[in-house]
Amino acid sequence: MSSITWGRATLDRARIRHVLQEYGVYAALLLLFLVAVTLNTSFLSVGNMRAQLLQVTPVLVVALGMALVIGTEGIDLSVGAVIALAAAIVPLYLGYGFPGMLVVVLLAGAASGAVSGTMVAFARVQPIVATLALMIGLRGLANIINGNAGKPVTDSTVAALGTGNLLGIPVMTWVAAGGVALVGLLVRRTTFGRQLVAIGDNRQASRLAGLPVRRVLVTVYVISGVLAALAGVMLVGYSAESDPSTVGLNYELSAITAVVVGGTPLTGGRVRVLGTVAGALFMQLISAVLQQHNIHQSYQQIIEAAIICFAVYAAQERGTR
Amino acid sequence: MTPNVAQSTALPPDPSKAVDPATVPLRERLASQLQRRGAPAVLVLVVAIASVNSSTFPTWGNISTILVGNNFVWLLALGMTFVIITGGIDLSVGSMYALGGVLGAYGAQHSGSLMALLLPLAVGAAWGTMQGLLVARAAMAPFIVTLAGLLGARGLMQAISNEGGTTYLVPKNSFFASLGSGTWVPLIILAVLFALGALLLARTRFGATLTAMGGNENAAVLMGLPVARAKVLVYMLSGTLAAAAGALGAARLQSGVTTIGVGYELTAIASVVIGGTLLTGGSGSVGGTLSGVLLLGVIHNLIDSNFSQYGSAFTDTVNGGFLAVVVLLQTLLRRTQHLS
Repeated sequence: MSSITWGRATLDRARIRHVLQEYGVYAALLLLFLVAVTLNTSFLSVGNMRAQLLQVTPVLVVALGMALVIGTEGIDLSVGAVIALAAAIVPLYLGYGFPGMLVVVLLAGAASGAVSGTMVAFARVQPIVATLALMIGLRGLANIINGNAGKPVTDSTVAALGTGNLLGIPVMTWVAAGGVALVGLLVRRTTFGRQLVAIGDNRQASRLAGLPVRRVLVTVYVISGVLAALAGVMLVGYSAESDPSTVGLNYELSAITAVVVGGTPLTGGRVRVLGTVAGALFMQLISAVLQQHNIHQSYQQIIEAAIICFAVYAAQERGTR
Repeated sequence: MTPNVAQSTALPPDPSKAVDPATVPLRERLASQLQRRGAPAVLVLVVAIASVNSSTFPTWGNISTILVGNNFVWLLALGMTFVIITGGIDLSVGSMYALGGVLGAYGAQHSGSLMALLLPLAVGAAWGTMQGLLVARAAMAPFIVTLAGLLGARGLMQAISNEGGTTYLVPKNSFFASLGSGTWVPLIILAVLFALGALLLARTRFGATLTAMGGNENAAVLMGLPVARAKVLVYMLSGTLAAAAGALGAARLQSGVTTIGVGYELTAIASVVIGGTLLTGGSGSVGGTLSGVLLLGVIHNLIDSNFSQYGSAFTDTVNGGFLAVVVLLQTLLRRTQHLS
């Protein structure tokens, strides 16, 4: 038995797989970017870059919260509905000025997250149903608040958040970059981050080890709700109107896709913040390239579906069992 | 001990039958009953109250609207029941419903009633089988496989309908159109399919396998049950039923509507959960799901007729709140029975 050769061979394959799992999404992103630029040099134009950033940023903000939730082996289907709720609240409280409105909107997001978090942490309801109930209910509530109609939002500060520039880069992208840094630090450098990952890895063991499982879980869903509400304000600013029946539709799917393509396993126990950023950018770039080459929406969706499947399959840890 | 174990796997899944009922505390027996019979009980209660308080509710016209007015969407919940009992989930059924409708109308318009039925069933079965293979053989999470299925099936539907630009019409007076029209034919189709589903789950080896693997997949594998095959079959069943529902719905609407079906998977999951099937798998029944869909249908009907000024947003809000209350109650009941 040439066990050494066998051992080295598996080691090498394992190492290649490991490298691919860790850096594959960045390599794919870079490759796709080069392809996009080669096919169409105007892709690099300031106008196009700006348009792409404005589209991807709200998804990225939502995906950051989703990455934390998925890290605890949960899922948050309510984010799209929270966006709608936030959008419905924006015109109601603009009279108190932008800061006052923002506080109310973020509190609403936090409250929604607290409800799903409490159901998940204390009542032990599965995350998918707990947040499904909110997903169905909150969009209905948002439509009731707005009287089943869209409202124009002309406030200049909201518009600046949605469409404005700072040093040549959209304001909302700066905000999102701040969010990425904060969430990254939260996961890597804080006790809370360690606890979150431990709970996602093994909830039972974490509880027995004395970690504050329930508090961490509720906090994670609150963060997700707050970030979704923030994305809601961004989207209202971007479109200059508040229409709860359409705003944020399917954002839960885009956010989950970004997280999963970014290499965060759905089984929890790991959060990849930069991977999520790359995942969101990758999906945006794919749809931009397909659009610019006049590929129909239908084929775009099929291609996206195939990418999701491939990304998950590639990210699965094998050979460890 | 050995005969006992064999007996508990061969019998339909019933936690209270696995042990001597006399040794189970009253509280747990009550919780188990409430878990399984709660939805039918609430349904009877709601119908009774509505019938007493309203003169329009208990009319045949209104009842038939509740029963067949939703274009066979209940079949999605039927398929979902099987998937959820194995501990899985199928998010693709809403898209599959739309795809089945467009394929059915396409077949009816181009080559007649036989093709209108065969085409959606074949595509639904193939799509479901593909998802099942990814779940069972590649060990991928059902949530993500069927999420991709949701995107892919809707993409396929849009490709067939030229991005929603072409609407295929079902010829009037064809056999296919007659399957969806009126009250009695759709009602009989629904009743037969639900009855077959109930038999399949409660009275066959396949049904017992599903419940066993939902309860404890590793144990089911070790017992030698064909777990992988059962998984593939379950997703195939769900895909086929969803496509069939879409085709029959198209027969009723007399065209393949391309914008239909968005979010139907969520209503299906909600109906199954309200019917008492555990999302963790291993426990549930088709009868429960039937109560779940009826209950949501009745609530929808009551809100439509009494609070129509608030529109569908009000229905959504009530449904969301109702689902939250039901899952909270179920969690309490489950904990009382020590199932979790």
